[in-house]
Amino acid sequence: MMILRHPFFYIILLIAAVFIYFPVHGDNVSLREDLILVAVAIILASNLNLMIGYTGYVNFGHIVFYGLGGYVGIYLVSVHNWRLVPAALVAGVAVSLCALLFGLLILRLRGAYFALATIGILQAVQAFVSNFGPWERSTGMYLPMTAYQPLGGATRALWITYYLIIGVMALSMMLSLAIKNSKFGLGLFAIREDEDAAVVLGVNATVYKAIVYSVSAFLPAVAGALMFYKNAMIDPSIAFEFMLSLEGIVMLMLGGQGAVMGAALGAGLYERLRSYLLTSPTLSNFHLVIAGGLLLLVVLFSPGGLIGWFYRLVPSARKVIE
Amino acid sequence: MSALLEVHGVSKRFGGLLAVSDVTFSLAEGEILGLIGPNGAGKTTLFNVVNTVYRADGGNITFLGRDITGSSPDKVVHLGLARTHQIVKPLNDLTLLDNVTVGACFGHDYLDLKAARTVALDVLKQVGLGERVNTPARSLTIAGKKRLEVARALAAKPKLLLLDEVLAGLNPTEVAQMIDLVRKIRDSGVSVFMIEHLMQAIMSLSDRIVVLNLGRKLAEGRPEEVVHNPDVVEAYLGFPDIVDKLTRTD
Repeated sequence: MMILRHPFFYIILLIAAVFIYFPVHGDNVSLREDLILVAVAIILASNLNLMIGYTGYVNFGHIVFYGLGGYVGIYLVSVHNWRLVPAALVAGVAVSLCALLFGLLILRLRGAYFALATIGILQAVQAFVSNFGPWERSTGMYLPMTAYQPLGGATRALWITYYLIIGVMALSMMLSLAIKNSKFGLGLFAIREDEDAAVVLGVNATVYKAIVYSVSAFLPAVAGALMFYKNAMIDPSIAFEFMLSLEGIVMLMLGGQGAVMGAALGAGLYERLRSYLLTSPTLSNFHLVIAGGLLLLVVLFSPGGLIGWFYRLVPSARKVIE
Repeated sequence: MSALLEVHGVSKRFGGLLAVSDVTFSLAEGEILGLIGPNGAGKTTLFNVVNTVYRADGGNITFLGRDITGSSPDKVVHLGLARTHQIVKPLNDLTLLDNVTVGACFGHDYLDLKAARTVALDVLKQVGLGERVNTPARSLTIAGKKRLEVARALAAKPKLLLLDEVLAGLNPTEVAQMIDLVRKIRDSGVSVFMIEHLMQAIMSLSDRIVVLNLGRKLAEGRPEEVVHNPDVVEAYLGFPDIVDKLTRTD
């Protein structure tokens, strides 16, 4: 395994360890709740990075994978009494297959047309779920407290869910790292730079795009299943929130698309900023204004995002921090 | 000599415009075949049809005895048919090494990443870009980008290389180097099919030349035959006997 020889692999493990250590040390539940949001942001941004940063296809509807994963997970746990982990894994697989199908439909489009079609997918799925009987239409589904029993009660179940989410976060970053250093990744980069040239060089762009679109759905769907299990409820408006999709793109541009650490850094910083601004009494709901301003600054002064700026300061860091 | 590439009765239409019309020719193994013609004659379109970027509206193309009409460019590369672009298409943000590695990875041999890098370094040296393998492709001059196009195509280990105006826009020194490179490529066992406007170069390089005018094949033959063909002279210059007038020494 090439990835085990990469120094950044161990940095990812270190980041995950920090995420586990601090809330556990001192049983700090409020810190845990803050960090779980950061972790989910990192999961979404890292996987979105596979599409935007690696392949050059802007996906405005990335949140659809997270929401659908949540629905499949909650449905399996509450209606069919599945355990959490198999439910989350099946959610991941089911949503990936779904994405493969969507991908084959819309990946013939390029540029702005593809981006528009992804918004269409998001709207269509939301409309479908809002009318889907088995998933309780627009009312949504609730988990009974008994759903936490197999994991030893609610308190313990929430901690276990937290560890699982941190695990998915680490896996997301490792997946990004592994793809970046693979032949598959090189093919994606070639598509990003010039799809026509890539095809003439032998890259099967149709298949590559469909695969990466499907792969970018898997871990967000697993995370969705875990998060909505933790929240014990899901409905179409929170599962498919368009704003979250947009914010994922902001995170990438802020941190630096195409870089594994860029996606994570952007996600982490943006999520903390948003949480602060959302809860601040004077600046409530002001976060979108700030996000817009930040985005403008980054695009104007450091198109490579924060990580691009860091690479310019320390060029040798490029080899270690991917 | 067996035919590596056979193009039979190929046509390509864009709406009302018949860009390539009923063109037939073949290319033997180890040959350098030139393709010339006035602007808009359909040369690049013919290239695009041959490597299946465009689907032929009629006729068929056989490469290595296999019918590739209706195939796709990525599959054709695996068979051993690589090309360069007249309007260069570098993968701008990737390094030269990565650019050429793409060619090696997804080319005829479908190498893994490590083997592909070794091949890429080799090929970059061969085309004279070995000094700056880690710079991004966007930083190259136009001559450098043309070399990069050739390097990427070569890294695919093709049996037939399609070169679309690799000499255009180069200064005389660069032209001389590129001509030298094309010869070396042929000597290494790769057949070449090239479009070129620079008559001197194509005359000295080609074993045979196909002339295209208004989408039709006007002439085919050895370089000296072709340039004295009255039809060719007329297509290029407008007067059938202008060569005689210009070369008369009295």
